[in-house]
Amino acid sequence: MTGTILTPGSRRGAETMEKAARGRSLWDDAQRRLLRNRAAVGGMIVLGLLVLAAIIGPFFTPYAYDQINKDHVWAPPLTQGHLLGADSLGRDLLARLLTGLRVSLAIGLVATSVSLIIGVVWGAVAGYLGGRIDEIMMRVVDVLYSLPFIFFVILLMVTFGSNIILIFVAIGAVEWLTMSRIVRGQTLSLKHKEFVEAARAAGLGDGGIIAKHIIPNLLGPVVVYVTLTIPAVILAESFLSFLGLGVQPPMASLGTLIANGAQDMELAWWLLVFPSLTMVVTLMSFNFIGDGLRDAIDPKDR
Amino acid sequence: MLRFIGRRLLIAIPTLFLVVTVAFFMMRAAPGSPFDGDRKLSPEIEANVMAKYGMDRPLHEQYGAYLAGVAQGDLGPSLKYKDKTVLQILQENYRVSLTLGLSAIILATIVGVSLGVLAALRQNQTTDYVVMTIAILGVCIPTFVTAPVLVLVIASKLGWLPSAGWNGGALPNLVLPIVVLTLPQVAIISRLTRAGMVEVLRSNYIRTARAKGLPENRIVRRHALRAAILPLVSYLGPAAAGLITGSLVVEKIFNLPGLGKFFVISALQRDYTVVMGMVIFYAALILILNLIADLLHAVLDPRVRLS
Repeated sequence: MTGTILTPGSRRGAETMEKAARGRSLWDDAQRRLLRNRAAVGGMIVLGLLVLAAIIGPFFTPYAYDQINKDHVWAPPLTQGHLLGADSLGRDLLARLLTGLRVSLAIGLVATSVSLIIGVVWGAVAGYLGGRIDEIMMRVVDVLYSLPFIFFVILLMVTFGSNIILIFVAIGAVEWLTMSRIVRGQTLSLKHKEFVEAARAAGLGDGGIIAKHIIPNLLGPVVVYVTLTIPAVILAESFLSFLGLGVQPPMASLGTLIANGAQDMELAWWLLVFPSLTMVVTLMSFNFIGDGLRDAIDPKDR
Repeated sequence: MLRFIGRRLLIAIPTLFLVVTVAFFMMRAAPGSPFDGDRKLSPEIEANVMAKYGMDRPLHEQYGAYLAGVAQGDLGPSLKYKDKTVLQILQENYRVSLTLGLSAIILATIVGVSLGVLAALRQNQTTDYVVMTIAILGVCIPTFVTAPVLVLVIASKLGWLPSAGWNGGALPNLVLPIVVLTLPQVAIISRLTRAGMVEVLRSNYIRTARAKGLPENRIVRRHALRAAILPLVSYLGPAAAGLITGSLVVEKIFNLPGLGKFFVISALQRDYTVVMGMVIFYAALILILNLIADLLHAVLDPRVRLS
């Protein structure tokens, strides 16, 4: 709008002035800052492409991800119709990679949602109620924090077998701790604000205040933490898959693909290199977006 | 101080108790038994074996007996490795994991702190960007990617180092596993150090030190670093957890006879007592490290009071 002459008489000028008068909200500010951050924007574009590829890509590959072909065993990239080569059973790596990416992203999303729900509810309740209940709830978090959690996830997988729902739940149940701490801290500072007092004076109950006033105001830090949790979850799943405890064949995730690639790397480097690259690029775009969001939303650095 | 340690140790007991309980019942809920082998045991023999290990009794009695044993420092016999107790297995195998873990954390601290300080001192200059790029890469490239890639390039193609094996702890065999374990920690430590350093360098007492005319070198080392590495101390516990997780991967890829490798195998084979022993061992390790972190925090930061 710079350069526009604002004459009160013209319609355009009136609209512009109205816009200016409305001012910028917290989120407008954050958005502006985020879009100025080149790494974050790059991360968003790359991630968008990856998500798109994961969703629609598998429909367009010439082979299915589990299609075994004896004549194509260890076909190098760009031969026999395999853009990225084929594995020890002659399965197309591109198809497997896209499917694996889809599985990994889905696990990241679902497990993060699980951790989000548990963490936000736990933290908001503890912070809002305070006192003895808060102390007990946070002591539980402290205790869980000091456990070697990866062992429990491994035990869970061994106990109940590796099914994909369980992977969601197990990883989500591990990742909610930090979320609950962040949410509790925010809630503690929010609950003495005037608008909460006003809501209480208007007769809203505790549940209503938490749901309608506390949780919506937690959004900023929670969004930041969510974007940083998703890559952590993807990493955790891949780690399990790498140990042979995660997604089971012929299904693929980035972790299983890297594990298989590591086994056959002497014979077929492409099986290790392409899944690894995909993994690293995915994690990096999430981290760039998360860092960018933090810089944009966190008022500390303004 | 002593009271603080005492109280923390008292809190540690219920934590350990919880660990033991959850792990015990989870392990027992798993289908299969440690005595499932290639050959099916005849029912009589199986009953005998079960009786020998007290597994014919009701579960809650076994749990009680196990707890009593743990309280006296007895982790029981291994169910898979005949004639070995869990303690013996831990003793025989902890050295590999400990060597790797300790070397990695020491190396990561030295390299990470140096890089972090360097980046903070040259904030928003090329050095800073290079270090921070390395740090982001270190966070985003997981151990199960670096390990096979390094083996492929350095061991297989170039032949500079052996690709796997322990070989009695010979140095060439240790280099790759330690490097793989160290990289992600270097990334995190350098980020933490840089953030702490940047903040501290802006503070008033540093300005005072500068005004007094102290040499920059001394300001950084004596005044700033001490405060800047505080977040690092709190990171000690999570770092240990990260190293343990990493060692599971590294010991598998490099085929090292450490605890991490043992854990996954034992869990899959339903070697109940060995799995339990390791869970207890690692939980205790993490609790102790967290305690040390809190104590160090109090020593380094006089504002923290142990209560």
